[in-house]
Amino acid sequence: MSAFKQIGAVTGMSIGSLPQRLGSSSVIVVGIAGVVAVVISVLAMATGFKHTLASTGRADRAIVLRGGSDSELASSIERGNVLTILDAREVRRSADGKPVGSAEAVVIVDLPKKSNDAGSNVTIRGVGEKAFELRPEIHITGGRMFRSGLRELIVGAGAQKQFKGLDIGSHLTLRGTDWTIVGAFESGGDAHESELMADGETVLSAYRRNLYQSVVVQLESAQGFAAFKRALTGNPQLSVDVKRERDYYAQQSADLSKVLSFVAYVVGGIMAVGALFGALNTMYSAVSTRSQEIATLRAIGFGSTPVVISVMIEALLLALIGAVIGSALAWIFFNGNAVSTLGANFTQVVFRLTVTPGLVVLGIIWACFIGIIGGLFPAIRAARLPVAAALRAT
Amino acid sequence: MKFLPLIWAAMWRKRARTIFTILSVATAFLLFGMLQGVIGAFDKAVAGAAADRLTVTSKVSFTEPLPLGYLSQIESVPGVASATYLSWFGTYFQDRKNIVFSFPTEPRTYFAMYPEIKLTAAQFEALVRTRTGAVIGRELAKKYGWKVGSRVPLHSVIWTKPGGSSDWEFDIVGIFDGPANFAQSFYFNHDYFEEARSFGKGKVGWFIVKVQDPNRAGQVSSAIDTRFANSPDETKTQTEKEFTMSFFKQQGDINFIVRAILGAVFFTLLFLTGNTMMQAVRERIPELAVLKTLGFSDTGVLLLVLAESVLLCLVAAALGLALAAAIFPGLKDFIGAVALPGKVVALGIVIAVLLALVTGLPPAMRAKRLNIVDALAGR
Repeated sequence: MSAFKQIGAVTGMSIGSLPQRLGSSSVIVVGIAGVVAVVISVLAMATGFKHTLASTGRADRAIVLRGGSDSELASSIERGNVLTILDAREVRRSADGKPVGSAEAVVIVDLPKKSNDAGSNVTIRGVGEKAFELRPEIHITGGRMFRSGLRELIVGAGAQKQFKGLDIGSHLTLRGTDWTIVGAFESGGDAHESELMADGETVLSAYRRNLYQSVVVQLESAQGFAAFKRALTGNPQLSVDVKRERDYYAQQSADLSKVLSFVAYVVGGIMAVGALFGALNTMYSAVSTRSQEIATLRAIGFGSTPVVISVMIEALLLALIGAVIGSALAWIFFNGNAVSTLGANFTQVVFRLTVTPGLVVLGIIWACFIGIIGGLFPAIRAARLPVAAALRAT
Repeated sequence: MKFLPLIWAAMWRKRARTIFTILSVATAFLLFGMLQGVIGAFDKAVAGAAADRLTVTSKVSFTEPLPLGYLSQIESVPGVASATYLSWFGTYFQDRKNIVFSFPTEPRTYFAMYPEIKLTAAQFEALVRTRTGAVIGRELAKKYGWKVGSRVPLHSVIWTKPGGSSDWEFDIVGIFDGPANFAQSFYFNHDYFEEARSFGKGKVGWFIVKVQDPNRAGQVSSAIDTRFANSPDETKTQTEKEFTMSFFKQQGDINFIVRAILGAVFFTLLFLTGNTMMQAVRERIPELAVLKTLGFSDTGVLLLVLAESVLLCLVAAALGLALAAAIFPGLKDFIGAVALPGKVVALGIVIAVLLALVTGLPPAMRAKRLNIVDALAGR
């Protein structure tokens, strides 16, 4: 009999007898499903957060902050400097000849979260008149756009879902002034959907402020960035940092992604070790209950390799079932769940947990790894069983 | 107690299986110890908040500054013993990664409010005398090797001086001991900050109020908020505890995530240990029958099996928790706690016993119901 036929026959027998060992086999399946579900869910959180921030901003837009500030909250830019920045040659002009850019006033309002009533910092972004020519990705999905000069707000889809009191028509009191929410917007699932937007001048006057936090501009082309940056940082009147909008937001996700990945790999790693011991247990007991059967096969001429391979295949198969169950659980319970956490600006960023095919593949790799190691040692023991002794054993 | 050797021997009947089971249960308790310890560290920060102290922040958001002029008005609210203030300075030392938690404050009122910060009288006097003076927690001093007399430049991500510089120089005049949540703090004179900052003058981050009677904290809170109602700067007054808690809640539901993970881990475990115990009993049916023949009662056999399960889980839990306690100090940079809280260890042991009873009961019941004749005959 060829080696392949032998492997086929032995594996067929071992899998055929699986139902008799349902209890102990389920230990591998459940153990691995747990590991895979935890690893995938935590990484889905990191992926979702990263995705939300990475899809915010575009390569041909730039954000200008005060020198040394790494977030809008810490930054401040004077009115005089706003004009200097917008006048830069690399900034695109609109049909009416004005620069396509927006000086933005970022303030924070404390709103209760829908899920647990906890007060949460939500961003209100006061924007300039060209803000929506600058960000064509923003479109109104309900109600209407705010009117400049009036205390009106539009609310992002993510913020509206996570926080209380943001329905169209409801009122907010900001520093003693009454504001009305007149519309809702979407912007392709990016970080701005966690915010409210209003007219910049009106926000500044309500908060009795005179400083903007940032200036965002549309460049003539993505290649114009270096020249734009040189022009501003070389200007002795300005002390500013210039970043590509995309880089600015991508960098904000770095810290939290790192923490979440750390949690996923450490917690997942420890769980994997636990599941590995469970798998070893199961496979050793599978080998010991089948020791007579294995010895018989050996006695009638089966090689030790097919026996080893059949044990490994059984372990792998169980591990794969576990991986599928674990991925399915993570997918069913968490994929698309909207959650929010503190972003770099000290305000809430709403994002969705995203179970990507890549994560599922990663889960399957983890499962296979546990399955292979969990099967290897018992397989070797099976191959080394002294045939005569095993046959006599009761 | 005299049955301990018997239980011990039974546990080690299949050495490999017992070792693997113990190790996998131990990893679960390692996770339990670490995750629960992290939650415990947050809880401790909340518990460390004093009941007689209130924080007064802007109602709009606690990042919004309040006028310093509010201080005298707050002090005049009935029930207020004293008041002080802090601002968020937002600094790092040399590199963005080296965040320093620095706060400008008024030293006389601030350190009177926080007796748990142990600053010597001489160092306190030096701080008051030195315009650019700063006092720092012991941990912070150790981290960067700063000593009394060191001149320390900090870079503020928020505050600039006229001329646009964000670099601020300080002279360390004191190093204090105190509870863990103050060990990384850096305090300096508000006057220096007020004079040198280029914008935002006349405003402070938040006020801290000591009430005369902690039982009246609620009334004092609402009295303060009422005083500033309908002004441009409305306030939100909370106890220090509520303030700390709301701060952690902003991070998203850490508790929920940790509990979900632990739930998954323990469900897996229940399965694994239960399986091991079932197998152990199944293999030993003739032996258990012999025990019964020798005169062990049904309940006695049940207790023997249960005791074995408890022993297995306790050994594993002790191993896992000991490992967690050994690793925990390494997490100091993330969570600021130094030791695994004793409460977590106690809770772990309780859970281990519960786990043992739940997984041990079905096989123990089976052992109890064994019919001697059938069992000996292998039927």
